[in-house]
Amino acid sequence: MKLAYWMYMGPAHIGTLRIVSSFKNMHALMHAPLGDDYFNVMNSMLERERDFTPVTTSVVNRHVLAQGSQDRVLNNIRRKDREENPDLIVVTPTCTSSILQEDLKNFIERASISTSSNVLLADVNHYRINEFQAVDKTLQQIVEYFCNSETIIDVQKTEQPSINLIGFVALGFHSTHDYQELQRLLKALNIQINVILPEKCTVEQLKTLPKAWFNIVPYREVGLMTAKYLEKNWGMPYVSTIPLGLVETGKWVKNIESVLNDSPFCKEKVNFTSFVQKQTFFISQAAWFSRSIDCQNLTGKRAVVFGDATHASTITKVLAREMGIFVACAGTYCIHDNLWFTEQIQGFCDEIIITNDHAQICEMIERIDPTAIFGTQMERHVGKRLNIPCGVISSPVHIQNFSLGYRPFLGYEGTNQIADIVYNSFTLGMEDHLLEIFGGHDTKMTLTSQSNTGISWDSESQEELNHIPGFVRKKVQTNTERYAKALGLNIITLETFYSAKEDLEAQRS
Amino acid sequence: MNSSKTSIQFECETGNYHTFCPISCVSWLYQKIEDSFFLVIGTKTCGYFLQNALGVMIFAEPRYAMAELEEGDISAQFNDYNELKRLCHQIKKTRNPSVIFWIGTCTTEIIKMDLEGLAPKIEAEIKCPIIVARANGLDYAFTQGEDTVLAALAQRCNVVPTKEEISGINPNLILFGSLPTNVSKMLTYELTKYEIPIQGWIPTATYRDLPDLTDQTLICGVNPFLNRTATTLMRRKGCKLISAPFPIGPDGTRGWIEAICEAFNIVPKGLVEREKQIWKSLAPYLALLKGKSIFFMGDNLLEISLARFLTRCGMLVIEIGIPYIDKKYQAAELKLLKQTCDFMSVPIPRIVEKPDNFHQIQRLNESKPDITITGMALANPLEARGLNTKWSVEFTFSQIHGFSNARDILELVSRPLRRNENLTQLGWFKLVKDQNDQTVAKV
Ligand code: SF4
Repeated sequence: MKLAYWMYMGPAHIGTLRIVSSFKNMHALMHAPLGDDYFNVMNSMLERERDFTPVTTSVVNRHVLAQGSQDRVLNNIRRKDREENPDLIVVTPTCTSSILQEDLKNFIERASISTSSNVLLADVNHYRINEFQAVDKTLQQIVEYFCNSETIIDVQKTEQPSINLIGFVALGFHSTHDYQELQRLLKALNIQINVILPEKCTVEQLKTLPKAWFNIVPYREVGLMTAKYLEKNWGMPYVSTIPLGLVETGKWVKNIESVLNDSPFCKEKVNFTSFVQKQTFFISQAAWFSRSIDCQNLTGKRAVVFGDATHASTITKVLAREMGIFVACAGTYCIHDNLWFTEQIQGFCDEIIITNDHAQICEMIERIDPTAIFGTQMERHVGKRLNIPCGVISSPVHIQNFSLGYRPFLGYEGTNQIADIVYNSFTLGMEDHLLEIFGGHDTKMTLTSQSNTGISWDSESQEELNHIPGFVRKKVQTNTERYAKALGLNIITLETFYSAKEDLEAQRS
Repeated sequence: MNSSKTSIQFECETGNYHTFCPISCVSWLYQKIEDSFFLVIGTKTCGYFLQNALGVMIFAEPRYAMAELEEGDISAQFNDYNELKRLCHQIKKTRNPSVIFWIGTCTTEIIKMDLEGLAPKIEAEIKCPIIVARANGLDYAFTQGEDTVLAALAQRCNVVPTKEEISGINPNLILFGSLPTNVSKMLTYELTKYEIPIQGWIPTATYRDLPDLTDQTLICGVNPFLNRTATTLMRRKGCKLISAPFPIGPDGTRGWIEAICEAFNIVPKGLVEREKQIWKSLAPYLALLKGKSIFFMGDNLLEISLARFLTRCGMLVIEIGIPYIDKKYQAAELKLLKQTCDFMSVPIPRIVEKPDNFHQIQRLNESKPDITITGMALANPLEARGLNTKWSVEFTFSQIHGFSNARDILELVSRPLRRNENLTQLGWFKLVKDQNDQTVAKV
């Protein structure tokens, strides 16, 4: 047993439901107790979804515990088939089914004899995999189901260069905006999009996946398994660079270029160098921002980054490489992908943290005391408590991160958005700082928070401390008290205060 | 139709409906019982639900946590006793609560973890009371979670001998149901006006103040979903239940006070006038709601009481969906519903236990009610199809009890009407594309 208050990732079935509900005309039938269908609430609230979420429950209750689920599952499958006639019904196990150990596979085989819908059992074990792994797995499962050598006999590649864009899924972080941005980019590169997967994708489209020349998987968490499956069975190469930030987006375009040119279907070689240059220098504002004096002021400012593997790794690179910010610590809760993550950010940050325990992240932030945080909603709240601004760069998120306005993180427009988030986070802190230096709205005597070190400050040193801007005051106070304690002093005078400062500076240089 | 001749009919559907898992009661109970700590012994599924349902509360270091079961716990590789003891020790050390509630979940039920057996042992070891409530999704819906917790809590009340045995009968009153402190104060105040001897509430703001019971204790519930608590107090503690409608709406509040007064042989003077006054103050809302139809999809067990109040307001209730009805515990409420329908000369609405959301949506399409009370899973899709909805959960978290909160109920119910009036004038009515019209029937 583990004491837990907060989870960065949901249980496996949430991953499956996110995939199934993204497709068109598919239905997920959860094998679960009443009350586990809160995915529908999340989908309806966070995504402000206009349509009914295609998820229902085959309810597990007392009666089922005594009698077994078989009849009920069969009936519910048949009923859904009759009522909505979906192309596919995905029976979704939950933590409850994991321990009931019923032969769901067998029920499903029996049900599918009498239904016109296809029926599939999601291969997700609650105790073995998490939400993200289930997202990846379920997508691959569905693709394999409809797109294998038995279902597709003849594959005709498209005339023009084309790709499948894989990874846009319900409740994804800024996913709909990212997809529009990449669509725009690909159009500019004269590359056709064959299928977008899984968002709004139909079974008919699934059967045309191998028509594309290759696949593009922009997120680390969704679609790699599918891309690998398609590579192995249909000989389709894939590009898995994450087009986030200027350098990586440039790389992404160049990778696409080389896959295109290597393709046996390629009739005319392409060269995207000038495209990348034009976008980087003039269309995106981020390169110019890096050069501008605004960004110069951010040089060496301390930040910490935490999030999913995709966003935490790429944002770390953007901060360090493109903006000259010192990333004191970067981390992810995608423990299952820690090797990849570590390799990605090697050299871009001082320290790496891999954990799904929010308390550890909280301690890390307190210890490092950065000028700004880039993290999830949880880190935003930690920042609130510690008075450190936070830009939200990754799930889990609240409804305010499902913005109505156009806010991609990927591609060239994404770089602008990120520059805004970074700059705004740092300047918010700066503004506070300036306000306090000039008296600002904080005119009354600021009392330093009561420290429990038993060390007191005399009036002169206290006043001096109050002149220190708010966002570093606490730190100065702690450092000085630590210094005094080391010397065995229990009262801090102006002299102690200054010598503590000198001592600290001496240590730094 | 002569409605006075018809008795109330109950239908029962498939039970395929959206509701919150009963462990959600943790979110309001930890706030109500200030010296408590709630440990939910379950899986990531439970944790993720609470995290999402509790929303921003989660960041305020709530006095709740998950004891997340891992594979080793399921396969009995780990020892439940040691594991729970370790966690409770940790909670005791960091939070020092006066009581720890263990909330059993579906998983603890299925693997038959003996929480009731383990609790007394660990309680003795860590010297902190541990109360077990099985508020799982296998057996209960949403607010019934509170019922399981209060039933377990009621077990902890001491039964003390009646003080003045000489005087013969010496009845006192215990009220049960968790309400925000100011609401329970207000209800207490209403009763003290008539010199009702109130012994206390279950729950109290602190566990340590849990009231004692006597063999003369009468009990009365303030919420319709507390049947187990009532049964526990009657069967285990020998209390007598006052059957009353629930103090929701001025009519319900009056009925509730009257029933209590009657049990104490007291004539509540001025009560009828008080009720009239409240109705008068509600006039602007009544004008707006009169003749409008309303449909309860059903998910929190408050439905009968709300439907009864809104019928009295002049609304036409099309359907009362409800997860579960204990006809005995709700007897007085059902009776008042029937009386109200007779009084307003409207038929008794169809009452559907364990509703089926899919079928309900088809009925919604036929009846096109002016307002639909529904959960958040269906609210946005229904709005997009031009139906006015109000989230049912809000009734659970708002102050709806007593005379002065009647207004708040109507404020909630009428909000979609008031808001959507402007939008309809703009022609923004149905916001799904036409080809999707058939999907109206799809859940
Ligand atoms: S329904 Fe059962 S498994 Fe699901 S959240 Fe509730 S207690 Fe946990």
